[in-house]
Amino acid sequence: MKKITPAPVAQKDIEKEESMILQKKMIGDHFKRLCTAKEAGKKVVYTFVPGNINELIWALDMLPVHPEINALQSAMRKKSGDYVMEAEKHGHSEDVCTYVKCDIGMLKKGNIGPTGEKLPEPDLLLLSYTGCFTFMKWFELLKQEYKCPVVMLQVPYQANGKIEPKMTDYVVRQLKEKVIPALEQVAGKKLDMNRLSALLESSARAEEDLVAVWDSAKNRPSPIDAYFGGVYYVGPIFSAFRGLPECEEYYKLLRAEVEYRVRHKLGPVTPEGVMKEEKYRIVVEGPPNWTSFREFWKMFYDEGAVVVGASYTKVGGYYDRGFRHDPEKPLESLANYCLGCYTNHNLSSRIDILEKHIKDYDADGFVINSIKSCNSFSAGQLMMMRELEERTGKPGGFIESDLVDPRYFSAANIKNRLESYFQMIEAKRQAAA
Amino acid sequence: MTAKKIIEDCEDLYNDLDFTSVKTWKEKTGGKAIGYLPVYVPREIIHAAGMLPVGIMGGGPNLEIIKGDAYFQSYICHIPRSTIELGLLNKLDCMEGFLFPAICDVIRNLSGMWQILFPEKYVRYLDLPQNFDKEIGGEFYRHEMEQLLHDLEELSGNKVTPEKLNRSIGLYNKNRQVIDKLYAMRVAQPHLVLTSDLYLLLRAGNVMDVEDHTRLLEGYMAEVVKEDRKKFDNIRVIVSGAFCEQPPLALIKGLEASGCYIVEDDWVLGARFLQKDVPITADPLEALSDAYLNDSVSTSSKYEDEKEKGKYLVDQVKMLNAGGVIFCAPSFCDPALLERPMLTAALEREKIPHTSFKYAENTGQFSMFREQTGTFADSIKLWGEA
Ligand code: SF4
Ligand code: SF4
Repeated sequence: MKKITPAPVAQKDIEKEESMILQKKMIGDHFKRLCTAKEAGKKVVYTFVPGNINELIWALDMLPVHPEINALQSAMRKKSGDYVMEAEKHGHSEDVCTYVKCDIGMLKKGNIGPTGEKLPEPDLLLLSYTGCFTFMKWFELLKQEYKCPVVMLQVPYQANGKIEPKMTDYVVRQLKEKVIPALEQVAGKKLDMNRLSALLESSARAEEDLVAVWDSAKNRPSPIDAYFGGVYYVGPIFSAFRGLPECEEYYKLLRAEVEYRVRHKLGPVTPEGVMKEEKYRIVVEGPPNWTSFREFWKMFYDEGAVVVGASYTKVGGYYDRGFRHDPEKPLESLANYCLGCYTNHNLSSRIDILEKHIKDYDADGFVINSIKSCNSFSAGQLMMMRELEERTGKPGGFIESDLVDPRYFSAANIKNRLESYFQMIEAKRQAAA
Repeated sequence: MTAKKIIEDCEDLYNDLDFTSVKTWKEKTGGKAIGYLPVYVPREIIHAAGMLPVGIMGGGPNLEIIKGDAYFQSYICHIPRSTIELGLLNKLDCMEGFLFPAICDVIRNLSGMWQILFPEKYVRYLDLPQNFDKEIGGEFYRHEMEQLLHDLEELSGNKVTPEKLNRSIGLYNKNRQVIDKLYAMRVAQPHLVLTSDLYLLLRAGNVMDVEDHTRLLEGYMAEVVKEDRKKFDNIRVIVSGAFCEQPPLALIKGLEASGCYIVEDDWVLGARFLQKDVPITADPLEALSDAYLNDSVSTSSKYEDEKEKGKYLVDQVKMLNAGGVIFCAPSFCDPALLERPMLTAALEREKIPHTSFKYAENTGQFSMFREQTGTFADSIKLWGEA
């Protein structure tokens, strides 16, 4: 691996860090690969982000597509509103998950990806059913459109707060007897276990660096924003790239940049430059809103609020308790990765995770962004808030928005709530002083 | 007892949010009660442990929600908030344990809330397999059932032998057979076996012993034929989408009053989840597992690999000579509402008329629904299409 030289401190460079440039290139290259997949004879597998098994897809030289990523990118490009409406025109209810509707709407409108080119149709739908029931409906719906094979990978829920051996066994069995044969059939080749192990080894190295990045938020000021910045940091590892050399390179680079900022006591990089003053340290539960992502972020950094820990960035995979992909036990570790993602934890464990974040990162409080679309995250959050407040003595703020439906982002409302929330922290501080 | 009186009694049970019949059963038998949420749990195991399985289907139209709204955002369906309300009002205290089957993220997360709110109760999330191979999903499900059986043995203090389990399987087989007969009777004479009657009869099964329930159904069937009920020129419809949160009784009555004879539905679906008798064998858990894997209904919460989406509905329409389908789903119910476009597509391919609306268990305004289904019925009557 080539040695990474941290970026120089000049303001201009910090605003566009090298890691960010690299990630942009990785995404661009991947979409190029996807758009030319059919000519290049490459097979395409659609699968979901949480607990995905990318390494298996790569090990068979196929290309992964994650529909949630398409949906969120559509939202950031302000296209999701039209897509959601398009799906509703086709009979989808206004009540259901907007990620699904955004994807269906995009498909109905020609499946144009973020680069402006058409995304390839899937050769296989890998229904990794982890942490959310809606995934099942989503790919059942896509199955109606594509007529390609679907393979189901059911991941049991950690209802008792732990991974039991029977759960791992069940997932491994499905991998061995269902998923791998289906992937091999589409790929037209046999899985090489050595290749898989090598990819997993690389994943583990990237994971190690990512955990160091999360840990850096223990510093004051925190050199990262673990939510608004964090969603970029998890981009490569949760989406298409885990297991690839460029993913490792990205995390090495990111870690070096973050360590550099720690040494120089620099705050996180925001769209308006390095944050000058860290006034509030916040933990956030729930996904972000993507349609007004910048505006939402600004509501935090304008107030001097930095997010030091977030649950959303654990939704793909959860590394904090030491999980790393294990090349020695490839299938078991893929299974445990699937089992470990955040929304596959029961509510008590989710509260434990947030409580630990609040304590470890010495947060002033926590904010729940409750997403209208997402029952998986949202059902139970009001109770989580009460429990967390009780356990930590820290104030909780509750706001509501949606992932990709712009109709449910009420900027004035959210801003008001956040401002009063930050004032409440301030008042608590003064009372304590 | 006349059919009318039987239904009045069932309606009392339906309205009784204090679960008096459960308390009475407990006093009489000294046994414990286990509540379960929609859609399906293997009640045979609970029964074999000498306990009463109690179907909890939310608070219905009569429960005022005071505390429950503080637990759920406005964009989450109604059943979890009314269930929490019942819990916080101590109305579910008569149950020693609760099962939350894998059906959707809301019920799943409710299981976690229950663990926190009611730590003194036995709470179990029952993960159901989505892989239907005996060696894979079947094995996983078997583990789940073994664990459940073991827990219930501890809770009840009763050992569940294969003989006991087989006896319970036999009783539930009988119950399902009688329910099937009742459904068949409605198909043949929907003016006689009113859907509101049938619905209340099924709901009664949620809160009573299975043998008593079977007798109740048989009693009703013997009595209702003596009734002189007027036959209307209604259209025959299938209702789909109401497998979890239930429509209020008044809405069900309203559907009938608007000119529809309902000949198939999916409410209280757990009572009919297994479509064939579970065989009595030396390994009853295996028999229950096989029945789930091979002979359970098609519904939104189950993944079906091979089957064509919505085919079961099209087949039902044809077999039952129905004129159309009414999709009647709870607001904010992802499983039902995401399923709907796939089902409507299957119907449209066969040119089967359909209409749809959403409700909440405490919906109070029915005129709109009645108007909609009335127009639907009229247009089918007039033109054979909606
Ligand atoms: S319900 Fe939530 S987790 Fe599930 S697909 Fe929608 S946004 Fe994702
Ligand atoms: S009504 Fe639908 S969303 Fe609500 S708990 Fe039942 S299945 Fe889940």
